[in-house]
Amino acid sequence: MTYHQIGANRRQVLASVSAAGLTLSFAVAPKAGAADAGATPLNAYVRVAPDGAVTIVAKNPEIGQGIKTSLPMMIAEELDVDWANVRIEQADNDPKLYGRQFAGGSMATPLHWDELRRVGAVARLMLIQAAAQAWNCAPGECSTTPGVVLHKASGRSRTYGSLALACADVPTPDPKSVTLKDPKSYRIVGKATPQYDVAGIVTGAPLFGIDVTRPGMVYATYAKAPVPGARVASADLEAAKSVKGVRKAFVVEGDPDAVLVRGMVGGGLTPGVAVVADTWWAARKGRDKLNLAWADHPTSKQSTAAFAEQAKALGAGKPQRTARNDGDVEAALKGAAKTVKAAYAYPFISHSPLEPMNCTAEYKDGKLEIWAPTQNPEPGRQLCAKTLGIKPEDITVHMTRCGGGFGRRLGNEYMVEAAWIAREAGAPVKLLWTREDDMQHDFYRPGGFHFFEGGVDGSGKVVAWRDHFVSYGEGSGFAPSAGMSPNEFPARFVANYRQDVSVMPLGVPTGPLRAPGSNALAFVHQSFIDELAHAAGADPLAFQIALLGDSDTVGDPPSQYNAARMKGVLKAVGEMSGWAKRGKLPKGEGMGVACYFSHMGYFAEVCHVAVSPAGDVKVKKVWVAADVGRQIVNPSGAMNQVQGSVLDGLSEALHQEITFADGKIEQSNFPDYPLMRINEAPPVEVKFVMTDYSPTGLGEPALPPAIPALTNAIFAATGKRVRSLPVRPEMLKA
Amino acid sequence: MAYTLNVNGKALSADVDGDTPLLWTLRDSLGILGPKYGCGVAACGACTVHIDGQPVRSCQVPTEAVGGAKITTIEGMAAHPVGQKVQAAWMDLDVAQCGYCQPGQIMSATALLAANPKPTDADIDAAMAGNLCRCATYTRIRAAIKRASGQKEA
Repeated sequence: MTYHQIGANRRQVLASVSAAGLTLSFAVAPKAGAADAGATPLNAYVRVAPDGAVTIVAKNPEIGQGIKTSLPMMIAEELDVDWANVRIEQADNDPKLYGRQFAGGSMATPLHWDELRRVGAVARLMLIQAAAQAWNCAPGECSTTPGVVLHKASGRSRTYGSLALACADVPTPDPKSVTLKDPKSYRIVGKATPQYDVAGIVTGAPLFGIDVTRPGMVYATYAKAPVPGARVASADLEAAKSVKGVRKAFVVEGDPDAVLVRGMVGGGLTPGVAVVADTWWAARKGRDKLNLAWADHPTSKQSTAAFAEQAKALGAGKPQRTARNDGDVEAALKGAAKTVKAAYAYPFISHSPLEPMNCTAEYKDGKLEIWAPTQNPEPGRQLCAKTLGIKPEDITVHMTRCGGGFGRRLGNEYMVEAAWIAREAGAPVKLLWTREDDMQHDFYRPGGFHFFEGGVDGSGKVVAWRDHFVSYGEGSGFAPSAGMSPNEFPARFVANYRQDVSVMPLGVPTGPLRAPGSNALAFVHQSFIDELAHAAGADPLAFQIALLGDSDTVGDPPSQYNAARMKGVLKAVGEMSGWAKRGKLPKGEGMGVACYFSHMGYFAEVCHVAVSPAGDVKVKKVWVAADVGRQIVNPSGAMNQVQGSVLDGLSEALHQEITFADGKIEQSNFPDYPLMRINEAPPVEVKFVMTDYSPTGLGEPALPPAIPALTNAIFAATGKRVRSLPVRPEMLKA
Repeated sequence: MAYTLNVNGKALSADVDGDTPLLWTLRDSLGILGPKYGCGVAACGACTVHIDGQPVRSCQVPTEAVGGAKITTIEGMAAHPVGQKVQAAWMDLDVAQCGYCQPGQIMSATALLAANPKPTDADIDAAMAGNLCRCATYTRIRAAIKRASGQKEA
């Protein structure tokens, strides 16, 4: 009997731990054709080969957040192996084995910190039990060093590789019963570890969705209406087919409503015209000859300019509803020593990951195989099943590395398009969107409007806060990612607080973009707090700390706000940045502070800017104090995420705006939708403030406060308050 | 028609229309997948390759214009004395997040250092501003260029 057969025949042992709503399967997962075919699977995540090489499965999609490295680090730590002996294998979409596999909400670290360490610890205990059986001693007498089980009393030792086969007869221990390591003895977690794919990345290895090739593969492009969702009125398919290399051109009826509900689930196939060719360039040339005409669409009169007018009128009027009303705001405003009134706005923005949407699909004998750069594979599989009318179990989704995500690949409409086109084409198809397709067929971070009034008393305390939030939606519902919690800070921290809401129906698709909601709400709230601080004549940082009050926590989980943690990062960032000495900065320079709690992380940031008389902003430096609990899993990845998030926030604030007119998105590519470049990127100094809380994620929470730290710094430098984004030099001219 | 291109020291033939951008000839006809498509309008730098040592945006170069010039892609950097150092620095500093732009970044950085072995921050800005990194790993890109050039990183 070969090792492989033993692995395959090993009884299926299912055990699960349930915490944070996640169920881990310990079912054995022998992988056909894996590089280590002689290895024994100890559970769904760990295989050990006779030579001691360890394969660890990375369950979640890799979008640049480093999860393919950091989740296996948790397993490897408790398994007690040398990281150099670990080979990481990307899981396919397999919810039965791996539960939810997604990249979103900075959730992977908090959801897996306990479970995946237990996965490693369970496998280690099985190796110990196999050794104890062989030595006829109690497992408790055994210990491990990396890759080796020891019996100190007798001086005996066995390598993991020599024990793996015997583990087939060891029952899987209860994961809840295993003892986890003392963090002081960590060898892997907490050590700066390069991404597992680092060598492939720097040598140009074909890691990404766009790099997938299949035998006999053809290439597709898919033209959709400039007004999202409009049907095809006419297309010259014959002209497209006359281009050398074009094999097929056809209209896809699709579902005109698909775009409006395509967010994370639901959606479907957007109407359009597919061109399939021997090369992608030929497909594109064919598409240029289609001479497309589009049907009229209910949203073809919408424009950002008209929405801004409508929002202004709504903001001045009676709100459609009140989401929260504490105390008596009107009376508190009347009694306040100083009041401030300000209208804020932020634009729609696009995700624009650098790898445009693409997917490779192969449909054969009723079965569909998909290779997709996706953040959210299972909803994609379900959407393909529903749209193509095939069973989900007849669809396999392989997850490739993603050239950026930022939330964009939570939607899977490109997956459905590839699947549909592949079935029509009768060959494996790689569908690739153009950059223009990607920018004009996004689901956008929605714009929004806030009409604030606030008051401080004679001692500088905030006594009144009113926000009339004008957003997008219908009735009491918000458009995707266009909402605000009734608990949005400083709700619960100001005795007289009212949050009014009015919404406008919208035809342009919207959805989650990195730190959804927070990426806009931090800007308006933290800016208005800064306005109140200046009105009170207070130091803005001291004012922020005072606003957080005297209680360590406010509210109950899951919507608890830990004011003590936020004060901790505010104090830390004040010290790091030399905040107390900011008065000595030259004319035209200034420092601003902001803080924000999102995705379970507490962040305070200080930004130092110089503004020229012409109104050009140069960010000189950003300081970040971050509290994500007691353990940084991979300090290298963590630092990269925080620095990148801050620069991403500054890029949004300084450059990004999507507008639409006549229902059409007006921007199409990086020349008219610029992103930050290296010459604008300031140094970002980061300190992790350690507190005794379970570790949480870092893909998002550093972004939101970067924006108001910037705009508050601009106020300190110029006396000009930025109340709408992006920041434009003409707003700041001396 | 058939074009014979000199790519990473090898003569390779592709049967494409002459106006096909070099990027697509490399990717779809020759299977050289390191150069990436990001914008198609020379605005992002993900498709950067060297032609006779100069960094160019391969999405803008028609295949028929290449002639016998030497094309070097990210796949050829391991054999490039400066490129090796740049790749090593990129690995040491764990520069990448998603990694999609990094082949283009490395091609631009290698061309910079080949022409200017000790670049200043301003030199780096000028040479690298054509390469977008959507994940904004600019801090580490700058540090890696400094490291590859033997200069202090901060």
